[in-house]
Amino acid sequence: MDSHDFGKAILELEDITMQFGGITALQGVTYQVPPDVIQAVIGPNGAGKTTLFHCISGLLQPTSGCVRMNGHRINGLPPHRITALGIARTFQHVALFKSMTVLENVMLARHPRTHSGFLATGFRLPGMRSEEKQIRESAACFLDFVGLEDDAHLEAGTLPLGKQKILEIARALATEPRLVLLDEPAGGLNMRETEELGELIRRIREKGTTVMLVEHDMNLIMEISDRILVLHYGRHLATGTPVEIKDHPAVIEAYLGEG
Amino acid sequence: MTEHTLAMDILQYTISGLTVGVIYAMVALGYNIIYNVTEIINFAQGEFVMLGGLFAAFFVGTFGMPIHFAFFSAVFTTACVGLIMERFVIRRARNTGVLSLIIITIAISIMLKGSAMLWWGKDPYSLPPFSSGGPIMIGGAALQPQALWIFGVSALVVLLLTLFFRRSVYGKAMLACADNPGAARMVGIPVRQMVLLSFILSAAIGAAAGVVITPISMMEYDRGAMLGLKGFGAAVLGGLGQFFGALVAGAILGLAESFCAGYLSSGYKDAVALVLLLLALFFKPEGIFGSGEAAKLKKF
Amino acid sequence: MNRKDWLLFLGVGLFIGVFPLVVLQFKAVSHYVDVMIFAGIFSLVCLGLSMLMGFAGQISMAQAAFFGIGAYASGILTSRFGLNPWAAMPVGVALSASVAWLIGIPTLRLKGHYLAMATLGFGVIVHIILGEEVEWTGGPSGLVDIPGLSLFGRPVTNDVHWYYLVWGIVFLALVFCLHVIHSRVGRALRAIHEEETAAEAMGVPTARFKLQVFVLSAVFAAVAGSLYTHYVTCLNPGSFNLMWSIRFLLMVMVGGMRSLWGAIMGTVLLTFVGNEWLQVFADFEVLIYGAILLVVAMFFPGGLVSLVPRWPGPRKDPIPAASDGGS
Repeated sequence: MDSHDFGKAILELEDITMQFGGITALQGVTYQVPPDVIQAVIGPNGAGKTTLFHCISGLLQPTSGCVRMNGHRINGLPPHRITALGIARTFQHVALFKSMTVLENVMLARHPRTHSGFLATGFRLPGMRSEEKQIRESAACFLDFVGLEDDAHLEAGTLPLGKQKILEIARALATEPRLVLLDEPAGGLNMRETEELGELIRRIREKGTTVMLVEHDMNLIMEISDRILVLHYGRHLATGTPVEIKDHPAVIEAYLGEG
Repeated sequence: MTEHTLAMDILQYTISGLTVGVIYAMVALGYNIIYNVTEIINFAQGEFVMLGGLFAAFFVGTFGMPIHFAFFSAVFTTACVGLIMERFVIRRARNTGVLSLIIITIAISIMLKGSAMLWWGKDPYSLPPFSSGGPIMIGGAALQPQALWIFGVSALVVLLLTLFFRRSVYGKAMLACADNPGAARMVGIPVRQMVLLSFILSAAIGAAAGVVITPISMMEYDRGAMLGLKGFGAAVLGGLGQFFGALVAGAILGLAESFCAGYLSSGYKDAVALVLLLLALFFKPEGIFGSGEAAKLKKF
Repeated sequence: MNRKDWLLFLGVGLFIGVFPLVVLQFKAVSHYVDVMIFAGIFSLVCLGLSMLMGFAGQISMAQAAFFGIGAYASGILTSRFGLNPWAAMPVGVALSASVAWLIGIPTLRLKGHYLAMATLGFGVIVHIILGEEVEWTGGPSGLVDIPGLSLFGRPVTNDVHWYYLVWGIVFLALVFCLHVIHSRVGRALRAIHEEETAAEAMGVPTARFKLQVFVLSAVFAAVAGSLYTHYVTCLNPGSFNLMWSIRFLLMVMVGGMRSLWGAIMGTVLLTFVGNEWLQVFADFEVLIYGAILLVVAMFFPGGLVSLVPRWPGPRKDPIPAASDGGS
């Protein structure tokens, strides 16, 4: 079943259905995300966008259907394995390690790319020291990339919301994903911060990381995305470029209908 | 011609198993009430049972109260302990996180135990049965009249609680607090009073259980922890928050314990209920009567 | 370990090192050496519990059980089977670790209240077994005739030697733990404590780490149990009951859950309180422990270490200059 026509897609969703008790949050969603794009997922509240992210990142098991990354089935794997395979994410409600420093938050995210365990760290075996140094250096690079280098030693919980959102992204990037899922990264940001965020997302794509984002800020979506997937009541409603979606009658109706 | 038969043994073990099982069920009800309103597991629940028994013994022994009057006095006094516990400790610590709350209720539990030891010493206390008369013989097995009192009191408690939570405005308001305290406050439910009421109620129920069991099994200062653990076993097995489930699960635990004591080893009878508790926690934490879907949404 | 840890290490090490020399000069307090040996043994248990509860955020009310498994394994193997204590200790540790591993897999899936109750239940079961298996453990009347420890072919009979042996082991354990917490593993444990879901999503195998730190705490408790056995040379199930699990919890809380130094500080303090100063009020002991636990949990959740003024001077974890600007 793995030999699909869309073998080049980085992520394939096949007939994803997610039910909670009697409620159906996702209904037969099938979609392919090509590599090296900014892929937006939009839809009115309750459309199932965050649920879709949970299914991809393994925090939820879809009731039925299949999630493939580069042709390999990943649903059913625990979330940390999926991260190690190259899918990282941020959280809609910021989920930083608040009492750890900004730098430590990013250092933690180097976890899937490093190895030392209890014995190696407890006895300070030689490999562990160089690894620790390398974790610190690469974490600093990622902070630099998002522009938080000056806040490295602050406690993450003390940052203003805008910077916390950016730190979430830095933390996700530090796991070296091939696909990064951003869940409402602009939520709570002011206009200038949102503009900078758009810039950052573009730079992430240029680095060769595919970006999938759920967002309510339509200006941002229309400006930066390459492709848009519209969900409505858990169903696939429309797909296309920003220009196509803007004038799509079904989409307009869905949003107005919510009104 | 008291010929000992297998059937007689089984009947006898069933009777004694159900008797203690009902007590566990009442402890479980106490957990459920507080949990339903606050999502807190009160580790001091077993101490309420101990206090009920010892207060009653105190009222009978020192003041010469008749047993029925001592019952209500002990329940009332223990309910006051529950009130003090909520009003002066739990209320101030509500927002300190789960770990702190666990430790705080454990601290209260050992403080109650320590105070009881200071006051009553380490000796077990007894109470006269609620009604006089020898055991009733059923098919060769002895049924203490006190056991009937235990069944009666617990049936009444369950009935009243069910009516309270299903029918009364107060009861429904209490359930709303657990679902969503913020929303409950918004629609005008005095959440604080509801939480206070839940501690008073479960202290009272625990105490009632303590008073009715003391004529049969006596009571001493350090019985609380074990009663609390077994009661929690009944609460989990029955599905946390479920009154009927607690009753059935309490009976199951009591029977398992009584048959273990009869046929396997009396020393391990306390372990049986705990093993069942662990098995329930490991394999069916939502309980026999709880729904798995609902359990996922609860904050353990 | 950072600079602060090294300085503390030097200071505390010096204090521990000269303590018996000073104390033995004064007859009235010379038995403090004995108290400090117990404090050292309990410190091992509390270091493990601090890793488990303070850092990884997983409560355990079963530490006395692992302490007991280590103690009884050592006691039974040496007194009944004539094994050398140094050979019995690893067996006890392995047993305790295996039990922790087996029980930990289902237990650590639970959170909060359920985890506390499950470990509590397990602890009580172990205590019941220790009291019931009379053939093996001697039951409530205890296990006696346990040999003491020998070092380099000589029996360790002098309290001062015991003192240095125990505290030497405590310091080795402390260094191990300090290294762990200032590393990849320590960050993972703290992350699990703060935001378990986010930790998992950042690639931390949370279930595995929780299990490993649980086993680590059981190993430390078992080593402590074995030392305890050969120091007191007789065992009684009463030393391994629920109250002892609560005492260990209290020791860690009083010192400060999130500090290994705090765990040791709290343990030493409470061992003195329990073995020395509370002897006069023995009947009040339980009540006083409850009161301390309540006050600490309500008003000083950070423990004693949080009352110490912040370490002077700016915290300097050097951040390396980002070499290539990250692009």
